[in-house]
Amino acid sequence: MSAAEQTLNIIGLARDVYKGSPTTLCAGCGHNSITNHLIKALYEYGVPPHRLAKMSGIGCSSKTPAYFVDRAHGFNGLHGRMPSAATGAKLANRELMVLGISGDGDTASIGLGQYCHTIRRNIDLTYIVENNGVYGLTKGQFSATADVGSTLKHGGTNAYTTIDLCELAIELGATFVARSFSGDGKQLVPLLQAAFAHRGTAILDVISPCVTFNDHDGSTKSYAYVKEHDVLLNAPDFIHAGEEVVVDYEPGTVQNVALDDGSHLILRKLDRDYDATDRMGALRTIHDSRAKGELVTGLLFVSGDEPDLCERERMPARPLRDYAEEELRLDRATFAKIAGGA
Amino acid sequence: MGNAAVNDFTIRVATVNGSGSQSSNLVLTNAIFRLGVPVAPKNVFPSNIEGLPTWYDIRATSRGYRCRARTIDLLVALNAATWVQDVASVRPGGAIVHESTYAVSGLTQRDDITYFAVPFNELAKAHVKDGAMRKYLTNMIYVGVLAELLRIPESTIEAAISAQFKSKPKAAAANLEAVRVGSSYAREHLSPLEQIAVKPMTGATDDLFFIDGNRAAALGSVMGGCTVSGWYPITPASSLCESFISFCEKYRVDPVSGERKYAIVQAEDELAAIGMVIGAGWAGARAMTATSGPGISLMAEYVGYASFAEIPAVIFDVQRVGPSTGLPTRTMQGDLSFVYTLGHGDTKHPVLLPGTVEELYEDGMASLDLAERLQCPVFVLSDLDLGMNSWLTKPFVFPEKPFDRGKVLTAEDLNARPDWGRYRDVDGDGIPYRTLPGTDHPAAGYFTRGTGHDEEAKYSENPDVWLQNLNRLARKHDTARTMVPQPLCDDAGHAVGILAYGSTHHAVVEARDLLRSAGLETDYLRVRALPLAAEVAAFIERHERVYVVEQNRDGQLFGILRNELSPEQIARLRSVRHYSGVPIDASAIVEPLLESRKELAHAGGAR
Repeated sequence: MSAAEQTLNIIGLARDVYKGSPTTLCAGCGHNSITNHLIKALYEYGVPPHRLAKMSGIGCSSKTPAYFVDRAHGFNGLHGRMPSAATGAKLANRELMVLGISGDGDTASIGLGQYCHTIRRNIDLTYIVENNGVYGLTKGQFSATADVGSTLKHGGTNAYTTIDLCELAIELGATFVARSFSGDGKQLVPLLQAAFAHRGTAILDVISPCVTFNDHDGSTKSYAYVKEHDVLLNAPDFIHAGEEVVVDYEPGTVQNVALDDGSHLILRKLDRDYDATDRMGALRTIHDSRAKGELVTGLLFVSGDEPDLCERERMPARPLRDYAEEELRLDRATFAKIAGGA
Repeated sequence: MGNAAVNDFTIRVATVNGSGSQSSNLVLTNAIFRLGVPVAPKNVFPSNIEGLPTWYDIRATSRGYRCRARTIDLLVALNAATWVQDVASVRPGGAIVHESTYAVSGLTQRDDITYFAVPFNELAKAHVKDGAMRKYLTNMIYVGVLAELLRIPESTIEAAISAQFKSKPKAAAANLEAVRVGSSYAREHLSPLEQIAVKPMTGATDDLFFIDGNRAAALGSVMGGCTVSGWYPITPASSLCESFISFCEKYRVDPVSGERKYAIVQAEDELAAIGMVIGAGWAGARAMTATSGPGISLMAEYVGYASFAEIPAVIFDVQRVGPSTGLPTRTMQGDLSFVYTLGHGDTKHPVLLPGTVEELYEDGMASLDLAERLQCPVFVLSDLDLGMNSWLTKPFVFPEKPFDRGKVLTAEDLNARPDWGRYRDVDGDGIPYRTLPGTDHPAAGYFTRGTGHDEEAKYSENPDVWLQNLNRLARKHDTARTMVPQPLCDDAGHAVGILAYGSTHHAVVEARDLLRSAGLETDYLRVRALPLAAEVAAFIERHERVYVVEQNRDGQLFGILRNELSPEQIARLRSVRHYSGVPIDASAIVEPLLESRKELAHAGGAR
């Protein structure tokens, strides 16, 4: 195999095309790992760079769209307001693959309203929360995803109940919810590809330790804590559309999730029997696991049969931005009836 | 207008909100219009669904004035709670039609007005059998009484009712029945008014039609090619988006496939509404939102972002009365200085200032062109008076020009421009070139950000880069000065000038006639947009005194003028303000001008 053959994906692009500017985040930051997994997932899925719209809010996480797919358009918007801009971009041009990157402050605090309403509308958007439980750019304040009893690096214990973004999403009717860990590319890369393939809002809550402000004893978002408490619900494997689904596992040990673009996510069941299409079961599992101090990861919930916003609004396949005068204006007779002169 | 005359009078209908008087008032307005008499209706309503007092003023005006009149000639009193204040509002020599059970004694007993007591409730009980319909049809009884008193032919009322209940012939019949109850009562018991009457006119209303400003603006958005809207309900802007929805549902749905050539989302708040509009504008669709002052507050951050990141967006601000929740159902020009510099730091936006419903329609289209041409948010400032009242207007003009999509580079264009940079001023007008997401070219992508950036859209904290960018944006603002609608000027060389904008226009028109009768000739310049055109300063230079008339307490346009003019020019200005929440009337301008002309050397004459 030649070097060129090794580095081209299914649409004939080299992996370098999916790279961005060098990161300006701290060395060892979980977000950098997620960026690398994203590059791999975008490359392997074969996303045409010009069709990608990278949307983000404000915070360390929201800087990361500058660090992958330089060729794509990026929109580094306002704190907590990524989802609305992503919605507008998708409505203007539904051919875009809209990828939103946010953090726990950006989503669970200032942006909680937009998070909830975006899920309700099921806009076709891959929504990644790079969740470290702490505000990085403002130097180490708690976020709303910090667990009760977790401590700050420079003193202070969180007394307030945590917002579990996955549980909330499932409760709100989300159609795709996954949780993963920045250090587990084996799990995250297939989940990302499945999220791209899903038509609707795909929520990925990715625990991503902050090495500078939240990687100490007493943090439940540290590398050590996550590694120790991570309970994998299922082991995902992404199969492209058209690729043969070869299942060589014992019957009953895998769940085959058919995705909207014809691809499949094969979920190998691990030590417990988990059905990722059971909304109530998912809620119970997340809830019970948290009570036990476990962090469940994997595909938590998926539902394939709900229309996304563009479909519900009966939008044409052609991007709205491309319509011309004669297609959008009223004809003269109709105009005259409304605007006098008839 | 000291004394009312034929075809020049104002009827005030005082009712309780939720009693369904709107249809009756529209029928009455339409009937007068059908006789060829220009009418200016003003709805003065409460922030309430049912129970609070509401007033509807119908001004018949042979000269075609569009503003509110301060004097009430004929009152219809159907609200016991406001009976005392309503009686006091009638001018000496005027008349009152009232529910006969209201006591005429003490404060409500005036010897300078005529009373017509009508047993509305009794008549309704006797003649309207359907209990559920009674409260609505009671209001039609006063239409019949007034038609008789004002000598409006029954056939005209009938035509107005048919127009009002176009799709509901049964309702039309019931309403006409109720009108007849009123007119026969009046015929039997009351004598027609001597001094107030409607007589058919010709030539004053030819081709004119009624439309409210919000609908006119929505029509502008449709004809201007807006395809995306995010909005959040707020009085008095809701009906703008609702009109846009209704136009789109009627005319932009493919009859075969059912596909919709639009996407409208009722957002969770104004933060999201503007976010959707800006996201859509960034991705290349024409997008707008409509809101009022409190919504503008929430939009501030994203509007500042879009100004700096240079993203098109159109925002209608249908102004209501602040501060705070203020008077949500009353009118004000209160947001001018707020929206002009909305955002923190050095931020300025083009602001269009339509003064008529026709201009609202035109600005609805022009704002979409300007937003894409200038790559920035463009405000269209309307107000509750313009937006929610019905206005007589001449027919709107069908647009012949194509959309101006501005400086957008395609993949092909990019091949010819290897040095393309998102924020580079190639043409010297401060306006850079942009690409849209989805453009299939390796050089098309760029990173849009609200942080400091260089010409290539790369992050930069370099002071020189920052300065250059801010100076370019100032240059772009100056380009906008020449592209926005230019002032309308009526200058016959008088010493005194009037300067106004927006809905204040209509009171200025009448005030100038009244001032002329009082011996004070004036010139007039109407500002149509910010940034101010050069003509504004030139007009001020040409006049000894210029009165800046507006509907807010602090003189917001006056303040903007003081920021931009020379001390010598500023010395010529005087501020005239009206801010009670009801639309400005002519006397609010006439009185202060007549008072202050004493200090002028050449008042009333040529300069």
